[in-house]
Amino acid sequence: MLDRLASEGIRYERAQPTSVVCMPSRASMLTGQFASTHGAWMNGVPLAIDAPSVAETLHDAGYATALIGKAHFEPFMDPFGLYAENSLASLGVPTIEQDWFDGRRGVHRGFDYLEFATHGVMGALHYAKWMREQHPDAIRGFYQVVDADFNVNAAGGGDTNAPQVKYNAVPREWYHTDWVADRTIRWLEEQESDRDWFCWMSFPDPHHPWDPPKSEIGRVPWRDVPLPENYPRSASERESLLDQKARHWRLWYDGRLVSNYEAPAKWVPATMTSDQVREVNAMNAVEVELIDEAIGRVLASIERKGWGDDVDVIFTSDHGELQGDFGLLFKGPYHVDGLMRLPLIWRPARTTTPTPSVVHAPVSLVSLAATFLEIAGQSAPTWVEGAALPIDDDDASKRSFDATFTEWDSSIFGVDVHVRTVVTNDHLYTEYQPGTVHDGSEGELYVLSDDPLQRVNRFDDPATVSVRASLAEQLAAHESRPGDRATPGVLMAPV
Amino acid sequence: MASLRHERRIAADADTVWRVVRRPESIPEWFPGIVSCTVEGNLRVITTASGLEIPEEILSNDDALRHFAYRITAPQYSFHLGVIDVFQIAPGDSLCVYSTTAIPDTLALLIAGGTLGALDEIQRLAETSLVGS
Repeated sequence: MLDRLASEGIRYERAQPTSVVCMPSRASMLTGQFASTHGAWMNGVPLAIDAPSVAETLHDAGYATALIGKAHFEPFMDPFGLYAENSLASLGVPTIEQDWFDGRRGVHRGFDYLEFATHGVMGALHYAKWMREQHPDAIRGFYQVVDADFNVNAAGGGDTNAPQVKYNAVPREWYHTDWVADRTIRWLEEQESDRDWFCWMSFPDPHHPWDPPKSEIGRVPWRDVPLPENYPRSASERESLLDQKARHWRLWYDGRLVSNYEAPAKWVPATMTSDQVREVNAMNAVEVELIDEAIGRVLASIERKGWGDDVDVIFTSDHGELQGDFGLLFKGPYHVDGLMRLPLIWRPARTTTPTPSVVHAPVSLVSLAATFLEIAGQSAPTWVEGAALPIDDDDASKRSFDATFTEWDSSIFGVDVHVRTVVTNDHLYTEYQPGTVHDGSEGELYVLSDDPLQRVNRFDDPATVSVRASLAEQLAAHESRPGDRATPGVLMAPV
Repeated sequence: MASLRHERRIAADADTVWRVVRRPESIPEWFPGIVSCTVEGNLRVITTASGLEIPEEILSNDDALRHFAYRITAPQYSFHLGVIDVFQIAPGDSLCVYSTTAIPDTLALLIAGGTLGALDEIQRLAETSLVGS
């Protein structure tokens, strides 16, 4: 299904997130702003309740609006029940008692309808509640996402004891991918045939834990999965590549520093075997296949409603996954393609007679909000920082889509990391600001045409002085861009 | 072990701020997300909006020092110490400090996140004099 969408529409070859972790990136998709503007600067920092929302604008324009699946604009870990995302499933009603609800914004952040799911069956969200009530015996099949210390779990499973892998006995139809599709189809079927709608269908997968239904894992036998092109086969090669990068790469690999919560605190990347990489990627591929099929079911329901020619479909992901690149797994302050180069497809409504194209220019998910509004015939509000996506390379050139920016800020348990990256047609350039293991002088510069896998750091190469200066100027211009910034939010939870 | 501290300057006398927090059974009135509690002697059990029941032991409740200390005794915590101190800066000006130290670290972060809202509410109650004696 995804191949078909790509062949009929626009495929973006270099789509970048504003952040390589969930909450800041998702907040950017909703607000059309970078994290340094919307203020949800790391996982665990809630997006301000009065933050701008493209869903609100569409709601005001008369659209029915829904978010079904993973939202994660607010922390999952919420022992005091402070956040609406974690309250809605229990309340079972719109949160109209909240003082910010004015009867206009939609139930929450501009969405009229919300049903939430995340990676697994813990917590207060709708899917977890549904599983506990309807299929309690199936819950134990899922991987336990956090360990006894409430850290991301390092426990292994599968055939290779790979971290966060588990063979899950849950029937496919109860797994969250199909649940999200089922709920989306139900919502679509309830919509008036002549009313415009905006639906953010948000599958938790592909993501760790890698615990798709066991019944499906035979689709991709892990022993047949080739190792990633960017997986260095030998320890010496891995170490040599990592030593070219900023210090925290090697420190993490060796188990001497875990800079961020998203990586299991008790897992040492250097211990990962090639078979574990194969098995993780096999499970990941299964997760993607299930999503592909779920999207097919949803699009079929749209055709049945008679909307097939009128619907724009945009497919993307909030961030990547290292999946063995450089001998690493999971994610963190590592701004390379494994985490930053995302799938992005826009299949415009057939009524617009779109011309299929491939866009090679760098584009950013910060453009999604403006794109949604353009599709809806709405002008972009002043708070939107990204322009609507280009429809081809000529359009990208005319509208100066020539650089994207990705930010990382984290400060947790005494470790501070601050990273800024610009990606152009030719280069990927990263600066590390002062933090726990960086003094502000470190950086990475990759020449994408010669080094598409970002293996040779040319930050200190005298031959790149002028290009480095130019890229540094672009980063500085991004940092000092005009516009109002929200007060940075407060870290309330690790995720 | 992780230790986090949040503090708030409050435009009220320290005695007024202290009156907000000194009664152990008053915590649902000023800690957002704690919906009820029971107190028996030095044992308090709070119930959160997410449905968690968390047992606590009150370690100190000192009117002279305006110092309240407690620990969560739930098995998920290898260690916890929560401390509220109220200091007089000047007439009508005080500092309320809410400290959280815990093992595992993650739980310290989660509890400390909640204390930020508690400080907001303590401030509101103290500055609007919505507090009994």
